[in-house]
Amino acid sequence: MLDHILSGDRPRSRILAALLLAAFVCLALAPFLFPGTKALGVAARICIFIVLAASYDIVLGYTGIVSFAHAMFFGIGAYGVAIALNQMEVGWLAIGVGVVCALAISAVLATLIGFISLRLRALFFSMVTLAFASFALIVATQLRDLTGGEDGLTFSLPRMLSPGFRLLAEPLFGVRIDGRVITYYLVFAAATVLFLLMLRIVNSPFGRVLQAIRENEFRAQALGFSIVLHRTLAGVIGALMATLAGALLAIVLRYNGPAASMSFEIMVDSILLMTVVGGMGTLYGPMLGAIIIVLAQYYLQPGMALLSGVLTGIPILPRLFNPDRWLLWLGVLFVVIVYFFPTGLVGRLRERARTD
Amino acid sequence: MKRDWPAQLLLPVFLLAALPFMSFSTWLTLTVAGAAMGMMLFLMASGLTLVFGLMDVITFAHGAFISLGAYVATDVVAAMPEMVASHSWAAALAVLAAALTAAILITGVSGWIFEVVIIRRVYGSHLRQILITVGGLIVAQELLVAVWGANPIPIAKPAALQGSVVIAGASIEIFRLVAVALGLAVYVCLQLVLSRTRLGLMVRAGVENIEMVEALGFRVKRLFVAVFIVGCALAGVGGVMWGIYQGLVTPAIGPEMMILVFIILIMGGMGSVGGAFVAAILVGLMTNYSGFLAPKLALGSNIVLMVVILLWRPRGLFPLVKS
Amino acid sequence: MDELLKLSGVVTHIGSYHILHGVDLSVRRGRVTMLLGRNGAGKTTTLRSIMGLWKPRAGSIVFDGTPIGTLDTPDIARLGIAYVPETMGIFSQLTVGENMKLAATTARFNAARLDDVFRFFPILKTKWNDRAGLMSGGQKQMLAVARAIVENRRLMIIDEPTKGLAPAVIDQLIACLLELKARDTTILLVEQNFHMAQSVGDDVAVMDNGRVVHTGTMAALARDTELQTRLLGLSLAAHQ
Repeated sequence: MLDHILSGDRPRSRILAALLLAAFVCLALAPFLFPGTKALGVAARICIFIVLAASYDIVLGYTGIVSFAHAMFFGIGAYGVAIALNQMEVGWLAIGVGVVCALAISAVLATLIGFISLRLRALFFSMVTLAFASFALIVATQLRDLTGGEDGLTFSLPRMLSPGFRLLAEPLFGVRIDGRVITYYLVFAAATVLFLLMLRIVNSPFGRVLQAIRENEFRAQALGFSIVLHRTLAGVIGALMATLAGALLAIVLRYNGPAASMSFEIMVDSILLMTVVGGMGTLYGPMLGAIIIVLAQYYLQPGMALLSGVLTGIPILPRLFNPDRWLLWLGVLFVVIVYFFPTGLVGRLRERARTD
Repeated sequence: MKRDWPAQLLLPVFLLAALPFMSFSTWLTLTVAGAAMGMMLFLMASGLTLVFGLMDVITFAHGAFISLGAYVATDVVAAMPEMVASHSWAAALAVLAAALTAAILITGVSGWIFEVVIIRRVYGSHLRQILITVGGLIVAQELLVAVWGANPIPIAKPAALQGSVVIAGASIEIFRLVAVALGLAVYVCLQLVLSRTRLGLMVRAGVENIEMVEALGFRVKRLFVAVFIVGCALAGVGGVMWGIYQGLVTPAIGPEMMILVFIILIMGGMGSVGGAFVAAILVGLMTNYSGFLAPKLALGSNIVLMVVILLWRPRGLFPLVKS
Repeated sequence: MDELLKLSGVVTHIGSYHILHGVDLSVRRGRVTMLLGRNGAGKTTTLRSIMGLWKPRAGSIVFDGTPIGTLDTPDIARLGIAYVPETMGIFSQLTVGENMKLAATTARFNAARLDDVFRFFPILKTKWNDRAGLMSGGQKQMLAVARAIVENRRLMIIDEPTKGLAPAVIDQLIACLLELKARDTTILLVEQNFHMAQSVGDDVAVMDNGRVVHTGTMAALARDTELQTRLLGLSLAAHQ
């Protein structure tokens, strides 16, 4: 049964299985375990970035191509919902229209990028995606009437998801079941379904072909698989998943702007970091990576403030441990992982499980 | 040698094509501005293209060296207030020379460290190169902020380099002329070294076939480290000029330029110094022309230009031949 | 016996492929050693292992008393070894003259050597300022050999110089190698062309399946057609 849900792709490491299970339980019961607006926001962000990082893994980990355009698709999803809720009557229909339009745009762009890669070497491709991403960012900030420019858009959600809504008159286990909690569970359910769907995709025959191409392009081609077709399809699937994650982000934030979803900071400091730190090509890796990085983004800073205080008086060190420098240490972690553990945390855990 | 006329003619045709859309004096002002920007971009791109051509190594962290150069310039300029205020050309050039020297030394040494710590271990794998240099970029940017702070730092233009001169009815900023002169000088030096010296011969041969250069007894890896250091120092020079030109240095000053630098590399043909030179001027001109005609499209127009050129020549304007 | 180069038990892998299974080979000073064998026997891999272009996993390579198995390619070349790869390694974007300048160890050419080069291959003088990539295959091969002889090297390693060349060009190369041989140059030569092998070879080593399976003199092998058939799969004469 569990095997069926996980598409036969087990964690293959007891420690990893325990971590994943703990994460799942914590996320499933987040509103009850960690009451408070901030904690719930963090939990929702984790769910969204699990989907986002996993979708990037389909592109990076399963085809071995570094795209810098993934945040663009994330942003398209977020803008789809934001613009639709701004332009249309607030309601589920608007969200639906926004999501469908965003998916269509993402699919077209991802196909276009895929076919451009047909003409380019892998390295060119990375740079071209960078150009695409910055073009999208320009469009998003310049079309002020539609997107709100740099400031972005705020909007209201259907009544059921708004903070004032009460589902139950009485609190459940001491927690008021309001619009926020409903929104969280909407995000949690969507993230779970999307993650399991991706797990199914990478373990399907299609996913096996992707892995074959990644291991040995030449041989896969000789076996008659079209590399461009498979890579493009992987790119489109990754893009669509990222778009859906973006839509979820907009719903949680009730806001969207360039910095929130489309920026290079999101691309590099979040998506890339999560996927590589967790372990490329494993899907579970990006899940773990997303949890670690989001938690670090919120909770590393207080820890560093403490450390920085202790180090006062020593030259330069307090500056390096200044809470604003949290990204420095994630960057160092990233470099160390690419050097010494190219398979990331998950790869490392699995190796340990094999040798034990 | 056979000349590639369509690619050679692109730049003059482009220059003339813009003329009908504006008055001559505007065109001249914009062309000089574009050339100046192009030269500064060339400084930033030249090192990267050499490094790629010679060792097939790509680094996404180059922007950090541009920023570093600009930050070093803020300190040097701030340390020489009287000379900055002086209206004499000698004082202005002395300030510029001091800033450039300091930036070359510091970015060169940092580049050397970066090569030893980061680049050396990822030869041969583009995927790891991209990932690790992106990581290196994050770390380098954060270190810059740790040292110079996150707030923008103003940088004063030496008094003699401020203001403009009027040539043929067009007002032209003096600093832009200085930037053009410096860029041209660097370009000519690079070309002379590449075409006339034994070192340049080694670099050009190495671009084609590293194994054979090694089999002839040359230690290419050392040569590569040297080229990498020169590349980083050139990025620093570009950073100094760009920082003074902008008047304000932020941590993002380098990484912001990297999109244009990559566009230049792709358009020019990865690894080609001449290609980077032409493409840098094209990008500089395009930015200024379109900035005048349709300000909203300035950066976008470069991306469109790149796509058009790639559709025409998928390997860039002046691609390298690898055997 | 005066050995300039000696390989013992050299094992080389390329990626996950195991190419050399323990090569024993010696090249005597002042002699031309032919390295023969079928395609895929490991001849080119042996030469590349000597040059350090593929690092051997095991075994030793000693050049004139110096172990070179772990040295880097440039340091091996600097001991006085010239290498002409199968692919010729011509820098096609450089002129003929620039190709030659890179092969010289100092900024100035050794005048006598340069005269030799022009005497062997007059075409290189006329094409001196042309781009090397524009020359014919035979002219490129001449340039490749010329680069190896423009300095006084202690050992020349040449990988199949006659591959795909016209008979007239082959004769020119043979004449060149014969004169070098007359001056006691030590050469390790991989060759499929029997005429060439017989004309210039003193000693011979035959490889099969990543090992040297026969050593002897070229003259003995040339006489023994049965041995040729057994070692090379077909008689050398059939190559002509």
